[in-house]
Amino acid sequence: MPNDIAKGPVAPGCEKVDPILIANNVRRQFGGNVAVDVEHVEIPRGKITALIGPNGAGKTTFFNLLTGFDQPNSGDWSFDGKNLAGVAAYKVSRMGMVRTFQLTKSLNMLTVMENMRLGAQKQPGESLLRALFKPLWIKNEDSITATANELLTRFKLDAKAEDFAASLSGGQRKLLEMARALMTKPKLVMLDEPMAGVNPALTQSLLEHIKGLKAEGMTVLFVEHDMHMVRNISDWVIVMAEGKIVAEGPPNEVMKNPAVIDAYLGAHHDSDLGADKIAKGK
Amino acid sequence: MDIIFGNAVDWLFQPITAAYALAAIGIALHFGFTGLLNFGQAVFMAVGAYGFSISVKVLHFGFWPSVLVALIASVIMAFILGIPTLRLRSDYLAIVTIAAAEVFRFIVSTTSAQPITGGPQGLNEYSDEFWAMNPIPNGHYKFWVWDYTEDDIFARAVAWGLVIAFAILLAILVRSPWGRVIKGIREDEDAVRSLGKNVYSYKMQSLVVGGLMGTVAGILFVLPTSVQPGNYGTTLTFFIWTILLLGGASTVLGSIVGAMIFWSLLSLTSDLLSAGVDNGVITFISQNQIGDIRFMLVGIGLMLLVIFRPQGIFGNKKELYFNA
Ligand SMILES: Nc1ncnc2c1ncn2[C@@H]1O[C@H](COP(=O)(O)OP(=O)(O)OP(=O)(O)O)[C@@H](O)[C@H]1O
Ligand SMILES: [Mg+2]
Repeated sequence: MPNDIAKGPVAPGCEKVDPILIANNVRRQFGGNVAVDVEHVEIPRGKITALIGPNGAGKTTFFNLLTGFDQPNSGDWSFDGKNLAGVAAYKVSRMGMVRTFQLTKSLNMLTVMENMRLGAQKQPGESLLRALFKPLWIKNEDSITATANELLTRFKLDAKAEDFAASLSGGQRKLLEMARALMTKPKLVMLDEPMAGVNPALTQSLLEHIKGLKAEGMTVLFVEHDMHMVRNISDWVIVMAEGKIVAEGPPNEVMKNPAVIDAYLGAHHDSDLGADKIAKGK
Repeated sequence: MDIIFGNAVDWLFQPITAAYALAAIGIALHFGFTGLLNFGQAVFMAVGAYGFSISVKVLHFGFWPSVLVALIASVIMAFILGIPTLRLRSDYLAIVTIAAAEVFRFIVSTTSAQPITGGPQGLNEYSDEFWAMNPIPNGHYKFWVWDYTEDDIFARAVAWGLVIAFAILLAILVRSPWGRVIKGIREDEDAVRSLGKNVYSYKMQSLVVGGLMGTVAGILFVLPTSVQPGNYGTTLTFFIWTILLLGGASTVLGSIVGAMIFWSLLSLTSDLLSAGVDNGVITFISQNQIGDIRFMLVGIGLMLLVIFRPQGIFGNKKELYFNA
């Protein structure tokens, strides 16, 4: 089946027509354990890409490396044509590449609304001197509050806006973290297991939101174990195992790939039952 | 009895109380709002005391240039402490600040530093220009059991004026977007980093600003008295922490009320004990043990506070539920 994503033949590490993120020889070792050893990978712009693989495959470590939260032993990568190796995490985020964390990081003693506002970029009031003069930042504050309210409504957190984030449930925190990341107006959102702990009813609407992000021109890269979600929304699937990219391609073809079944589905055949679980309302 | 309560009430407004309150406001910014463990607020106070008094006595600078020297020295000290530690886990700052405070105290109190710092004797008589600024007419001002000179009143007015000014500054800062970033850092600095904020720079700014508050407190601390190296030990830092926790770490007013309660309670316990010993009511201790015993009593009081009101007097109980 032809596709508009890969440039040439589909194979692990293949070139893309319009990549937003390109990584080369990224390697990270923890002692003797090679957690990530990615020879070459390209993430297509404006698409939803799923990064899947068994537990311990190195997906989160790869996220950490790409976003500057961890340093590789070797390798380089670029985002939107700009070299990112060695760039500090906050600068990566400012360039428009924003990630969420597998272990949710809600800022507990801030309200949900303050969490959201924190995500907004280029706030005049975040400079120490200008912070002292409210008229200099109150307009900006009002406009980011409006944006935050829209997002909170979308993520069904609007009723919680003035509550401490600590009072949210685990699933709600996932949602908050995702909404907060969107406050930065990213070009590329990297979500580490966004659906873990989110109830099935909301999963469905979240899937729609993520498709909506794509419609707005964002690129999405997400890690997920829920095969239903992967199949449902992704345009492209990349499979990692033992630190390496072992397969990639359009979702339906990747799921049939013997290397994938071997590396992933073979061990966890029931993780393919995401859709059935939802049907049962579990 | 009036005298005893008079003393306790007097302690509420002593310049020393104000100095402790201001130093605690600095730690509130560091710890309560940014999550920085500064266990060396004594060093920022010492930088204020020595920076100011050395500038006056040794360099023969005027009052304002001397204050400026102290403030600049404070910023430099914050950088020295912050540059190597603020990229690391929070415990490193704690270790480095506590050590820096001790090193500083040892250096200024060595006899070889005597020509500059006064060595073990410290420094005095650097406040002439300060007193000369006093607009209050000479005389004795009597209220109830108190009898204040114009200088007593001036020192109190200046000290508390500054405490209020800095408390307002802190209140404005923590309610601003800048304050939101530092509170975010307190909660989880990686999350804040992932949102594009330069966490290191914000921590440094907080360290500098809170340190400056400590330095101004250090100047206030010595203006009406003298500079004694022995005052800048770990006890000073821990009293300030006590005051902070007493009032509530993530509050603005807590530091002020904490300092007032701390000092007037100390005065009250020692006066009451002393009166008790004099009248033969308390027989199992002697006058010269009172100084230590009152700290034990305050310690017990603090333990009760931590047990029954762990969030401090002004703290929000909710915050503790969530942290548990
Ligand atoms: N800080 C660390 N120190 C040592 N080893 C680590 C560290 N972080 C990850 N690892 C190791 O690296 C490997 C990859 O871990 P990683 O968290 O990236 O897996 P993952 O693909 O995200 O798995 P999961 O699906 O369970 O989240 C694992 O073997 C893990 O033990
Ligand atoms: Mg992971």
